[in-house]
Amino acid sequence: MSVRRLSREQPASFAFSEATQADIQFWLGKFPPNRRQSAVIPILWRVQKQEGWVSEPALRATAELLGMAYIRVLEVATFYTMFNLEPVGRTLIQVCGTTPCVLRGAGEVMDVCRSKIGPKNHMSPDGLFTWQEVECLGACVNAPMAQINDYYFEDLTAASMAQIIDDFAAGRDPQPGPYVDRANSAPVGGPVTLTDPSLFDGSRARKVELPNRVQPEPAA
Amino acid sequence: MPGILEDKDRIFTNLYGLHDPMLAGARQRGAWNSTADILSMGRDWVITQVKNSGLRGRGGAGFGTGLKWSFMPKVVGERPHYLVVNADESEPGTCKDREILRHDPHLFIEGCLIASFAMQAHTCYVYIRGEYVREREVLEAAVAEARRERLIGPGNIHGWDFELHVTHGAGAYICGEETALLESLEGKKGLPRLKPPFPAGSGLYGCPTTVNNVESIAVVGEIIRRGSGWFASFGRPNNTGTKLFCVSGHVERPCNVEEAMSIPLKQLLEDHCGGVRGGWNNLKAVIPGGSSVAMIPAEQCQDVLMDFDALRDLKSGLGTAAVIVMDKSTDLVRAIARIAYFYKHESCGQCTPCREGTGWMWRVMERMAAGQAEMHEIDMLLDVAGQIEGHTICALGDAAAWPIQGLFRHFRHEVEDRISSYRSGKPHVQGATLIAAE
Repeated sequence: MSVRRLSREQPASFAFSEATQADIQFWLGKFPPNRRQSAVIPILWRVQKQEGWVSEPALRATAELLGMAYIRVLEVATFYTMFNLEPVGRTLIQVCGTTPCVLRGAGEVMDVCRSKIGPKNHMSPDGLFTWQEVECLGACVNAPMAQINDYYFEDLTAASMAQIIDDFAAGRDPQPGPYVDRANSAPVGGPVTLTDPSLFDGSRARKVELPNRVQPEPAA
Repeated sequence: MPGILEDKDRIFTNLYGLHDPMLAGARQRGAWNSTADILSMGRDWVITQVKNSGLRGRGGAGFGTGLKWSFMPKVVGERPHYLVVNADESEPGTCKDREILRHDPHLFIEGCLIASFAMQAHTCYVYIRGEYVREREVLEAAVAEARRERLIGPGNIHGWDFELHVTHGAGAYICGEETALLESLEGKKGLPRLKPPFPAGSGLYGCPTTVNNVESIAVVGEIIRRGSGWFASFGRPNNTGTKLFCVSGHVERPCNVEEAMSIPLKQLLEDHCGGVRGGWNNLKAVIPGGSSVAMIPAEQCQDVLMDFDALRDLKSGLGTAAVIVMDKSTDLVRAIARIAYFYKHESCGQCTPCREGTGWMWRVMERMAAGQAEMHEIDMLLDVAGQIEGHTICALGDAAAWPIQGLFRHFRHEVEDRISSYRSGKPHVQGATLIAAE
């Protein structure tokens, strides 16, 4: 279990922006009308997109919006580790530190973050960066990797991580994806499978006669 | 040809994202082909096909998918039926569902329709882990496309009213447990529920629900189009089909690949991943099914088959088929200590043996990784691991205990050496590639 508490310093108020309100309607539309609580995680996530973190006034506003007790929203915000309970830098770097990534050099990637940004879980003095060590992000064949803001930067090395941090600091927009010569999760050097052209020429789209066909049962 | 599965028998033809994932490309590759015919055969026929194919759940536990579907009530009562798809892929080593969601979303949506039809559900929720933002964007776009083309939605061309909603979590491994996922979907903390009642009786909102893994659902369309016999022709009996393997760690070229079940581990590594870094003899151990299963040492890797039964016989498991390879430079004790930290971090805190035990085991493992422990603590650790295993509501307690038990089953001497070399003042760090957890 990880112990997570709300920040000591809280803003005085919170209001949903217009864009967030539109998103909220989209999410509420997915659940039965009497199950508004189901949307609490996506809505808190939109709140975090708007503010960069979730504050106590935001939790209270969400509770009111969904007709939930405040404590139920607080429970959710402190249970799920993607909710930032205090402000983070404009660029949030989450380096995966679980075993498959560590086996391939996540330690060096984190060293770069430490030397360029500072200690983990602290915002850099200029407010540009926060870096964290997080648990498995589910891109293990592209290890080591980091999630930067929303997207995955994969197959990192100390050098490419340093370059990415410099790019963000300079206001450039580095591209997510693998940072070595490969397509997504295909092996380096190109795929050795899925090379048969007949898979892609449309022959699979031809009408098929279903095997094991039986007389269709009369409509119930 | 590398491996044993031919290209023509691969289901996920856009695994690497080299082709168009959206509807036009997906149709070209065979998705949504004859779907209406499949539904016209009736739900019993569909379930029978899935049962006959021998498909076992791809999420880790390996429970028969067709059998699971047949647990749903035969007649819809007052409460609607739900299909919930578990896309909370967080098991360390595993990254296969991600590829399906972002590269073959239509195959997956089609599978959701067929599965929902088979268990008379009109609504399906797909719960994606919060970190998969790009994957969620692609899936949302594909769902919108399918709705626009009336492949799904009310009054669609397949004749089964069907709504599919994509939702997401926010970073909790435990929500991959099916009842914790349902709690999370209801907007609560992800605390696993006591079973019974099982979800098929009382799941989402107290209604009959089936929770399936993304891969289990996404293969259904192809299984039925090509026949259950085709799918069952791969692998050994009781371990049939094709499977996505994720190979990470110390291999030359880590990758995802779809292969036949029961492929020899050695062939999987050498044909698809360029072999172990530094040659086969440099192999130390393999975790064959994601971090929750016990590791197997190099001697056993020589001819083990990658399937449920063969790995179970070695007291390990196929899990999610996420193969983590570790060569001789690996500090195994550190590697397992880091996994112990993962479980400590991800325990939901509901059951005392797991909440307290995972933290306790992690702290002891950290000391053992440095050698700062007493010899008798090894047996104490194994005793505690045995007391966590099987004494919690969900399997996270078991999953935390197994990797540690696996380490001591095969590499107890390494820990003992480290403890004694620390005590005699000799250097105890052996070419460590792992750094300490905090």
